[in-house]
Amino acid sequence: MLGAGGGRGVISFCGIELAHPVVNASGTFDAIAARRVFGDALLEEFPFAAFVTKTVTVEPRQGNPPPRLWELAGGMINSIGLPNKGLAGFLRHDLPELADLPVPLVVNVMGFTREEVARLVETFAELDAVAALELNVSCPNVKTGLVMGADPGETAALLDVVRPRTTKPLILKLTPNTAAPADVAAAAEAHGADAVSLINTLRGMALDPDVRFQPSARPWLGGGTGGVSGPAVRAIALVQVHEVRARVRLPIVGMGGVQRGRHAADLLAAGADLVAVGTESFRDPRAGERVSRELREHAAKTALSRPPAVRA
Amino acid sequence: MTAPFGRRRVPVTAAGAIGAHTIVTVVDEDGPRPEPGQFYMLAAAERWGGGEDERPFLPRAFSHMRVHADNRLDFVLHEVGPGTRRLAELESGDEVWLLGPLGHGFRPARSGRRPILVGGGVGIAPITALKDELGATALVLLGFRDAAHAAVAERVPGARLATDDGSAGHQGLVTDLLCAELGCDPRAEVFACGPHGMLEAVRVLCAELGVPAQLAMEAGMACGYGACFGCVVPTRDGYVRLCLEGPVLDAAEVLSCSAPAGVAA
Repeated sequence: MLGAGGGRGVISFCGIELAHPVVNASGTFDAIAARRVFGDALLEEFPFAAFVTKTVTVEPRQGNPPPRLWELAGGMINSIGLPNKGLAGFLRHDLPELADLPVPLVVNVMGFTREEVARLVETFAELDAVAALELNVSCPNVKTGLVMGADPGETAALLDVVRPRTTKPLILKLTPNTAAPADVAAAAEAHGADAVSLINTLRGMALDPDVRFQPSARPWLGGGTGGVSGPAVRAIALVQVHEVRARVRLPIVGMGGVQRGRHAADLLAAGADLVAVGTESFRDPRAGERVSRELREHAAKTALSRPPAVRA
Repeated sequence: MTAPFGRRRVPVTAAGAIGAHTIVTVVDEDGPRPEPGQFYMLAAAERWGGGEDERPFLPRAFSHMRVHADNRLDFVLHEVGPGTRRLAELESGDEVWLLGPLGHGFRPARSGRRPILVGGGVGIAPITALKDELGATALVLLGFRDAAHAAVAERVPGARLATDDGSAGHQGLVTDLLCAELGCDPRAEVFACGPHGMLEAVRVLCAELGVPAQLAMEAGMACGYGACFGCVVPTRDGYVRLCLEGPVLDAAEVLSCSAPAGVAA
């Protein structure tokens, strides 16, 4: 499932060849927008070994009303609300451009029912431009009321419907907003997922400072609550990757607060096979390339292809 | 025109207060010349993320106030939170991370219309850059809280002032001055940048009088290059990312300039 990691030479992830082990976290880098802003330099010096799209849903979504961001100690809260053009819009407008990227394409999808997820997976299963699919299961199944990735039974039932629809690798994006992510990972492994990625953002909230101590006190974010990301969640990502690794043999994409090569090295030591950079790309659009380079430098210093696994 | 791919670590060559504002000058040797109304993401190279409360964490968006022939860029700051406070502490010899120039700036005035430039507070920045380009023909109207905040207007000779307390120029709102000007001759095009309330007043006034306007808007922004989807504003086409489609938008496209609740400092 994985060749030589640690950033040297070509590595293999679910049968996909990657130049190095650093990818982007879904929803933290828009390759189409970045190409408009930075031009062809983006393609010539693409910062990630694979590109993971923002979440695609069946219907178009406008996203949440602003404000959508809140800066906090060592990170931020976002309440973006998964704006996207919907499946038809994505296929018509975005996929042709994304197919031109110099790295493998992973499409992240989310549905509000198992059938919606199945429809998305089935559609992308047919397309050569798509190397793998990532399932965003951080939303409730509107039929059961259970978050698809927060309950092992719900995750198993989803995969039973979705798995037969494609031979492409299926990466399940675990949510940290559940009592035992490792139980969900074990269900994912038993029901045919090819890999898991973690962590998604942690639910959080901020209150409007302009009306603090006033009867009109209210949440700051237009969506009410949001997801916490950045260095503030790094320790949580590390322990969850460690716990999931103890339970499953699946490849793991580890993410959460990675800013430097040493943070990526820690996630690899905890059991990740790839590392994703998310919020740090907001501060530095070349963060993925920088983290990959720093990881390579660490590896060269220690003459190890990847950090040794940490003991429990 | 595209921006160089990647943030650049550039030196601060001057920093100092003018009244209630601070002007920080940096040299962007490798960057392209920005257009008035474009913006940069700025962060201090040191002590950004490690200070009290671990903020500031994200870079902050600023339109340049003036671009000099030797690629020096002036930025004007008003301390309103940890980000602007840290940037206002910068001294000559310090360094900043600079990403940009980003977004779309002001477009030329429609033919046959005289440009009227309207700025409020730190909104003076892109107004100054535009005035530098348009020269003497452009009328500039600037609004501030009081004389201490209005001191920065010395950078725009010939500008007409309004202050809330009357301590400099007209006592009242800058939109009073704009209203009077458009009353004399509505064959104008308005270029505006300022607080949400001021921009909304300009938008409504221009819509009522049928005067075209270009608004340089502001929104909380994590990245500046379309990645975070945080800076959306409501337009006739739905929410658009201000960093990509703006920050200068045609007033006719904008549904509202009012802040949804406020903008993070």
